[in-house]
Amino acid sequence: MDYFIELLFGGLTRGSIYALIALGYTMVYGIIGLINFAHGEIYMIGAFTSFIIATVLSIYGFPLLAIVVIAGLAATVWSSAYGFTVEKLAYRPLRKAPRLAPLISAIGMSIFLQNYVLLAQTSDFLPFPALIPEFAFMEPVAHIVGSSDLVILITTTLVMIGLTFLIKFTKIGKAMRATAQDKTMAVLVGINVDRVISATFIIGSALAAIGGLLIASHIGQINFYIGFIAGIKAFTAAVLGGVGSIPGAVLGSLVLGLTESFATGYVSSDYEDVFAFSLLVLILIFKPSGLLGKAETKKV
Amino acid sequence: MFPVKELKRSLLISLWFAFLTFPIMVIKVDPIERTVIWRWDNLFFVALGSFVISILAKVYLLRKERRAGRKKVKKELTEPFVQRILREPRFLFPLSFAVLTFALLFPALFSTYQTNIMTTALMYVVLGLGLNIVVGVAGLLDLGYVAFYAVGAYSYALLNMHFGMGFWAVLPIGGLLAAILGILLGFPVLRLRGDYLAIVTLGFGEIIRLILENWNTFSQGPSGIANIARPGFFGMQMSFDAGITYIYYIVVALVIFTIFVVNRLQDSRLGRAWLALREDEIACEAMGIDRTKTKLIAFSLGAFWAGLVGVIFAAKTTFVNPASFTFLESAIILSIVVLGGMGSIVGVIFGALILILMPEYLRALSEYRMLAFGGILVVMMVFKPNGIISNVRRSYRFKKHPSKEVIEP
Repeated sequence: MDYFIELLFGGLTRGSIYALIALGYTMVYGIIGLINFAHGEIYMIGAFTSFIIATVLSIYGFPLLAIVVIAGLAATVWSSAYGFTVEKLAYRPLRKAPRLAPLISAIGMSIFLQNYVLLAQTSDFLPFPALIPEFAFMEPVAHIVGSSDLVILITTTLVMIGLTFLIKFTKIGKAMRATAQDKTMAVLVGINVDRVISATFIIGSALAAIGGLLIASHIGQINFYIGFIAGIKAFTAAVLGGVGSIPGAVLGSLVLGLTESFATGYVSSDYEDVFAFSLLVLILIFKPSGLLGKAETKKV
Repeated sequence: MFPVKELKRSLLISLWFAFLTFPIMVIKVDPIERTVIWRWDNLFFVALGSFVISILAKVYLLRKERRAGRKKVKKELTEPFVQRILREPRFLFPLSFAVLTFALLFPALFSTYQTNIMTTALMYVVLGLGLNIVVGVAGLLDLGYVAFYAVGAYSYALLNMHFGMGFWAVLPIGGLLAAILGILLGFPVLRLRGDYLAIVTLGFGEIIRLILENWNTFSQGPSGIANIARPGFFGMQMSFDAGITYIYYIVVALVIFTIFVVNRLQDSRLGRAWLALREDEIACEAMGIDRTKTKLIAFSLGAFWAGLVGVIFAAKTTFVNPASFTFLESAIILSIVVLGGMGSIVGVIFGALILILMPEYLRALSEYRMLAFGGILVVMMVFKPNGIISNVRRSYRFKKHPSKEVIEP
């Protein structure tokens, strides 16, 4: 039973990290219909920025709490800045181009950012400082659920609540929903679509940065390549839940995380990714628009 | 001539980039020695570089605007220059003859090293043409194309290792196995819409790679299969150099064969059905085209070429391992198709040559070459979103004949 709970929490932790990244994918897809392949790199940059800032601060002897707050803020700010810039440089000029052109541009951007970090920093794995302390009250269950699992779950939940609030009740959230429904109509009712798209990229990147910080301090090491596989997994999760749907992305991520965790625990760790992708294929065969995606009916 | 306002804007842009790249470019920490290196000179270069580039871009845009303003009347739907040449038989035949002669003489003119690179580039031409059937013509976004390539390579590697089968015997088998896999994969996924199809094919590609990586008894895992026999020529023993030249000619022959087949397909009943399917599925079905069958044929034909090239790849490198078949490979092949111009055969050939030869000749930049590759991909897409040679749909046009009066509709 302990093993089961351990796997359950492992899966939930993993799933909530995927969710933080998948939200960026799904929001961007919902608004401009683009698979943003560079999103995984934004997450990687978030992890790297927080690594750099946290290490510098810890060398200069700052207290742990200050390090966590400053590194988190820095990661969010810089990742958002990268997301914003990438959209402006690589996607905005292609708004009216054929459908595949922005996709290739995104792949190019992803290769570029990976190599940029590789050249400016290093290709080695870097040890990430442990930002999340072991809590005393978690002692009795520490062999099943680690403190960092708990922190990740709580942070993710808070972020999700915040995001739901933002999308449901604020002006920019309303504008985002309107743009996702119909871009032309949104322009007609006076929404600045360019600004909404920028905002989407900024919010998505900020979420990815938080994910990057959490997972990096959970696993304890990073390198320039982490964004790629995480990005693909998160995108899988977004599609699993129904791409374009925000609750779908969260659900899909949790399902994916749990599947991977149980498959690793009970079957074999070698085939973890095979299970993830097989699950995706199976779900899409029976439900072609994902778990919570709306089936599109087309009028002729 | 250059407005001060723009200068100010460029200054702001360079400040923004300086801010953007600050943590990653300037600070380098060593977490073990616990030292920090501040590289302020990088900040200066980034700011200067982005300032210059933004000014250049602005100048380019201004000039383009001015030119567009001058001749706004003459903007008909003209075919691109290259396509116009290719339409005319009197240009086409000498041109293709010249290209063919050059291709055949290539190994004699250049070193073995160059020939080897050219072989790789030509293999990608075939891969690009194969994927072009799926993505460019039939409009099915396939992100796991490399899986079929892997099937071809591994079928030769395994059949050669276990049964000692030769290159020529496996070549059709590899192609067919890939085509069969294409059909198997196609059946469940063809119900899916554009981007869902993309992610499922990506998933399939990864599954194939992971199975090859983990199923040790079958594929020898990540260490791969070595000592695969090179292709034989009626049992003749060949030196290393001759072997490379020989493979080069095999690939040239394959390229010619592929171009021939793809070109014939384009105007066939099937090719037109694919185009119709790409444009509108519902209208297509209403016209009596079997959607599933047409899509499956596109998938399996595309896979067939990948399988063939896979066999050649295994024979050329004499070594295969799963690391050669990552998603990046699929992405590069897809980039070839899109960059060259979707659906255009000449475009795909150009795209493959540019994208594969570029990193080779960018070796002068050594470690910066992948950075440049990514950057160039973005820049090319931004300035030429339709690809280098965009395929203009063929249309009938009334021509005024000097002797006869043709009444324009």
